[in-house]
Amino acid sequence: MLAKLMSLFLLALVRVLTGAQARWYGCPPKAEQRIYFANHQSHADLVMIWAALPEELRSITRPIAAKDYWTKSAFKQWITTAVFNAIYVERERKGDEDPLQPLIDALEHGDSLIIFPEGTRGNTEEPQPFKAGLYNLAQRFPQAVLVPAWIDNIQRVMPKGEVVPVPILCSVTFGAPIRLEPEEERRAFLDRARQAVIALREV
Amino acid sequence: MNQFLRGLSPTQQVGALFIIVFGILVVVSVTAFLLTFREQADAHDEAWHAELKNFRKLLRTSWFMVVVFWMAWAAGDTVATVLFAVIAFFALREFITLSPTRRGDHRSLVLAFFVVLPIQFWLVATEHFDLFTVFIPVYVFLAIPVVSALAGDTQRFLERNAKLQWGIVVCIYGMSHVPALLLLDFRNYQGKGAFLVFFLVFVVQTCMLVQHIVTRRLKRPPSAPQVSKSFNWYSWMLGMCAGGFAGGLLSFITPFKPGQALAMAFVACAAGSMGHLVMKALKRDRGVTAWGQRGISVTGANGLLDRVDALCFAAPIFFHSARWYFGA
Repeated sequence: MLAKLMSLFLLALVRVLTGAQARWYGCPPKAEQRIYFANHQSHADLVMIWAALPEELRSITRPIAAKDYWTKSAFKQWITTAVFNAIYVERERKGDEDPLQPLIDALEHGDSLIIFPEGTRGNTEEPQPFKAGLYNLAQRFPQAVLVPAWIDNIQRVMPKGEVVPVPILCSVTFGAPIRLEPEEERRAFLDRARQAVIALREV
Repeated sequence: MNQFLRGLSPTQQVGALFIIVFGILVVVSVTAFLLTFREQADAHDEAWHAELKNFRKLLRTSWFMVVVFWMAWAAGDTVATVLFAVIAFFALREFITLSPTRRGDHRSLVLAFFVVLPIQFWLVATEHFDLFTVFIPVYVFLAIPVVSALAGDTQRFLERNAKLQWGIVVCIYGMSHVPALLLLDFRNYQGKGAFLVFFLVFVVQTCMLVQHIVTRRLKRPPSAPQVSKSFNWYSWMLGMCAGGFAGGLLSFITPFKPGQALAMAFVACAAGSMGHLVMKALKRDRGVTAWGQRGISVTGANGLLDRVDALCFAAPIFFHSARWYFGA
């Protein structure tokens, strides 16, 4: 109940501040198993892409949240688990535990994912090189559709280190799905995925 | 008829005005809708249909504006002020989206949206007219660059601040003068502020509409092709005449005499149409043709600013000339 109210409040807030416009260019919104991968510039990216998805998809799509940041306070933890239904990942590798394991579990359950393959927030114009996680997931779950997404302007709403967001219109552009070709090298695939995200900036 | 209208209370008179306006809109909309059933026979018809589509778009804007004003009037002065504050908020959001800001501008933006905007509209609602006219040009003019300077980023400092100041003046300062008209007190004219707002919007819209139609019909060479492909002095003159004439005809709903109403309408139309031209130049500078989706916008702006920019420029000038000349 509380989580439902919170999600309505957050949706209203995000829409007033940013418009939260979703632009489906390469594919329609569809309830199939998907891995959305997007550029990462702010912690608000998570909220933004969550708000841009249609209600029906929001319940089956789980965003990835950095464990150290989103479990820092009880409130942040509650909001990521109860409202966003997020999956936590460690940004630093600890021991010999596979950091991808929670993602693999979720995909085996049939959920869709939202991931940020840069691993950390960039503050440059272009996204940083992608990390291998996307490749590993694509290899392991060939049936999941890989959808690139470009989140525009969000870093202007709330730059690193600020607490009060500013109203600026943002949009999320979803592009045409890409596939991992048989025999494709890891680096080549990751660069291709990154280019697919960057290309959406100009659409 | 005239006797009957004069016998009504101000509230009933304003209500009657809205009934008439809605009636006209319904008739025009139904006619335009029925015309869409006309079949396309040749190429000439295609152009005609395109024009009809354009006209229906304009009609939708008119509906939107009239409904907003009706709600504002029906809900009372305070709600009206809040409504215009909301419009100013969304207009400024569109403006800022298309003006590149840097990280150092963040605090200034917070100040503009969450401090300046509420204070300005609060000043309107509480009728602090002396402070309301100087708050932004005097106090905010200094406050914004101070906050920016404290952020310590000097790159393009003047340019960034100028853009933000412009956004504040056009979207907040200009828009706040519309609800201020509702609260202006002329002698023997209490409770009829809504007529004044209607007068302003009607003459400005008439001027813009006539100018638009004449431009499409005559296809004269544009006077400032770099800024606008459509603007030319001849159709501007005709638009001004139409707006001024409409104002003269409407003098019976204003506190002005017919000659005065004509002059006031001229002032408002000149400010509105010139302001619209200035905003076109601004949009060209940003590389778009419209703040909204009709252009190549990737921002998701819905073009609110395209619709209200003429009003943002006309309202302050109209307000101040009315106050100065008539001492309200």
